[in-house]
Amino acid sequence: MAETSETADIQRKIRAAFHVFDHKADNTVDVREVSTIIYSLGCFPTKADIHRFVDEVEEDNMGYVHLDKFLPVMTKVLLENKFPPIPEENLLQAFEVLDKERRGYMEPQELAKYMKSEGETFSQEEMNEMLTALVDEKKNLICYKELISQLTLDLDT
Amino acid sequence: MGCGTSVATETQLKKLETEEAVRTPGLALTIKAAVLIQRWYRRYMARLEMRRRYTWNIFQSIEYAGEQDQLQLSSFFSFMLDNFTQLSGNGPDLISQLLNPVVDPWLDREICYTLIPVPDSYTGPRISFPLCVSDTNALLSAFKEQQILHARYVLQLLFEAKKLLKQMPNIIHLSTSYTKDITICGDLHGHLDDLLLIFYKNGLPSAETPYVFNGDFVDRGKKSVEVVIILFAYFLLYPDYMHLNRGNHEDHIMNLRYGFTKEVMQKYKNHGREILQLFQDVFSLLPIATVIDGKVLIVHGGISDQTDLDFLSSIERHKVKSALRFPRHSLEQLDIGQSCRHVKRMRSVDSSCSSSRSYSKNQGTPGQRKRRCKLKRDDSAVSTSSSSSSSSSSVCSPHTPSSQSLRPCPSSPSLPCKVLQVPYLDSLSSVPLPSPPQHEQEWKQIVDILWSDPKTQEGCSPNSFRGGGCYFGPDVTQRLLLQHGLQMLIRSHECKQEGYEFCHGGKVITIFSASNYYEEGSNRGAYIKLGRELVPRFYQYQVSRITRKLTLTQRIRAAEGSALRALKEKLFAHRSELMANFQQRDPNNTGTVSVCEWAQVLECVLRLDLPWRTLRPHLARLASDGSVEYQSCFEDMEPGAPLPKVAPNLAETLFRYRTDIEIIFNIIDKDHSGKKKAL
Repeated sequence: MAETSETADIQRKIRAAFHVFDHKADNTVDVREVSTIIYSLGCFPTKADIHRFVDEVEEDNMGYVHLDKFLPVMTKVLLENKFPPIPEENLLQAFEVLDKERRGYMEPQELAKYMKSEGETFSQEEMNEMLTALVDEKKNLICYKELISQLTLDLDT
Repeated sequence: MGCGTSVATETQLKKLETEEAVRTPGLALTIKAAVLIQRWYRRYMARLEMRRRYTWNIFQSIEYAGEQDQLQLSSFFSFMLDNFTQLSGNGPDLISQLLNPVVDPWLDREICYTLIPVPDSYTGPRISFPLCVSDTNALLSAFKEQQILHARYVLQLLFEAKKLLKQMPNIIHLSTSYTKDITICGDLHGHLDDLLLIFYKNGLPSAETPYVFNGDFVDRGKKSVEVVIILFAYFLLYPDYMHLNRGNHEDHIMNLRYGFTKEVMQKYKNHGREILQLFQDVFSLLPIATVIDGKVLIVHGGISDQTDLDFLSSIERHKVKSALRFPRHSLEQLDIGQSCRHVKRMRSVDSSCSSSRSYSKNQGTPGQRKRRCKLKRDDSAVSTSSSSSSSSSSVCSPHTPSSQSLRPCPSSPSLPCKVLQVPYLDSLSSVPLPSPPQHEQEWKQIVDILWSDPKTQEGCSPNSFRGGGCYFGPDVTQRLLLQHGLQMLIRSHECKQEGYEFCHGGKVITIFSASNYYEEGSNRGAYIKLGRELVPRFYQYQVSRITRKLTLTQRIRAAEGSALRALKEKLFAHRSELMANFQQRDPNNTGTVSVCEWAQVLECVLRLDLPWRTLRPHLARLASDGSVEYQSCFEDMEPGAPLPKVAPNLAETLFRYRTDIEIIFNIIDKDHSGKKKAL
């Protein structure tokens, strides 16, 4: 890969993100952190995407990933924009698909049902965490319309 | 039959179907929608985790950097002590009292506390010796009610504890055969709430519920006094079921900086000095290790490749009063002129040693070579053999010229020890002087036990992060366990998010019992229960000061805010140096440097290993061309202490050393009236 300044920049970002999880300063991270690192670099991979990525970079089923393998694969991902972000409108639409009556909110059990049975299902733990994060305590509802803009803002502050 | 009816039903059904179709989106669409939401949410959580992680890094880096700075303070004090034995001119002063290992013999006599009257107006707990369960219960209730135990009882408690500890060996051997499960707790650091929670969940110490507390009872938290009193009280009550290991904070010099000294002085004012003196003795008398069933070794920090349990069993542990003070030598050896000459010689040896190891093999005559490298080998010859290579040799080799090799070896420029680069205020001085090998061995072995951290790579290297002890790899663990027929090492010393962590293939466990150590919500605390089968079971908890449950986002944001504020304070404290470096890289005076250069400067000046680029948005503004406006680093600062309009360098220096200065004032301000705090 030709060393353009864009590539160099991208590689610096990747290294910095990697570094946060490299606790013992030996250029390796636990394989379970890979998804977090990818997400933090602005990507929106699906679980399947992550599995494929990990297969490419994991060190022979040893449970860790070395920077030397991670860097080129991740650079390619970023340069080719393989896992582009989800536009807010799409997210809103997705919620509206599940919220058949388009009330602007969903009940926790409703969302939980979908998250745990459809798509790339959540574990019970993930579900519990999501409910804690998203449910409005007073109304016991998930007011997704407000949440979407609020949470997107949260990330970037 | 009834065709009409069936047709009607059919039409109705069809109508229903179409309506349903309108209301219920196709399955494919639902799945798509679900996947989208899941993807979005998972990314959101990952971003939060990222923030939590670097917040953690910030806290840890600053914590350990602070511990390194500790050496500076003790250098200063030792220098003062050695050159000005009486500050006030009339009688021994607090500094020499605090730093001089020789305790006032008065305190060894029972009269020291019996002469202290407890007034009728005192409403706190009254205890009698020998202690019984009602006494410990009284202490627990009293401390829950924020009461303070009278100085007389504290002194008596410490006096009795000292007597009992003197009878204990350096390494305590326990067995699970006669007792129920043994509970092992890690650092408490003055977190009384966590201790009470452990007792609540697990039971009070007793024959059925024996405990091992693995050091660091004091410092940092606000209730160190209460925590340590409770622990010692149970120790006196059940010496067979309550076991206390020494931690690196059971050290009177660490206490000066990290809050225990201050807490004692504030709570006990006039009697504070005597109490601290007794604590100094009691701390150094704490056993340094516990072994369960001859199979599980429990120490506070860790081990090194030179750890020798047999040697450790034989030494006089109380002689090592502090990791930061070397055993005193006679006055002749404190000749500063001599040490200056040594310094000069050291510097030249340094430079020849630094060129490279192989260089020394080929250069010069054998005689010259021997002399040149003699000092180097001397200090690495402390212990036994070739295995000392990695742990001692770095003391001489300046492989990190800009970062001080901060071993808590000798603490002052004038105090003798093996070669060391001692940071003394803003500069470095090399201090080499020979010392009796025996004392140094004891000191090193104990410091290794109290200060070391495990690492993933093999080998043993000096722990530069902390300034003391080693980083020990899985091979070091394996070797030691094999050597002594052990199965597992349990240690504390490092905060872990879940309260505990395995490493070295499950052979090493870190157990940490102070929840919310860095910040509300930062981590859980945990304790281990170990039964006859020696399989550890973990119990976690988290103390919460607020009743309302915070969302993860809120908790992370709070912790992040706290960490960033601490980081900004660091930036402010090093403003001049940072600005000088920035300006060097900005010859055209644009007020900006590239992100890369900005990160480099910060890393170089602050010497904190942090993801600067990731943190940049919180610390500095970008110009329109994407470069960093470096002045913006120093905005939005609320340092807390009012900084008057003095010369910027002075304000900065005062701010940087504010902790040290505060400690000095605390000591000089004997009656703790706070009147000297005119700063």
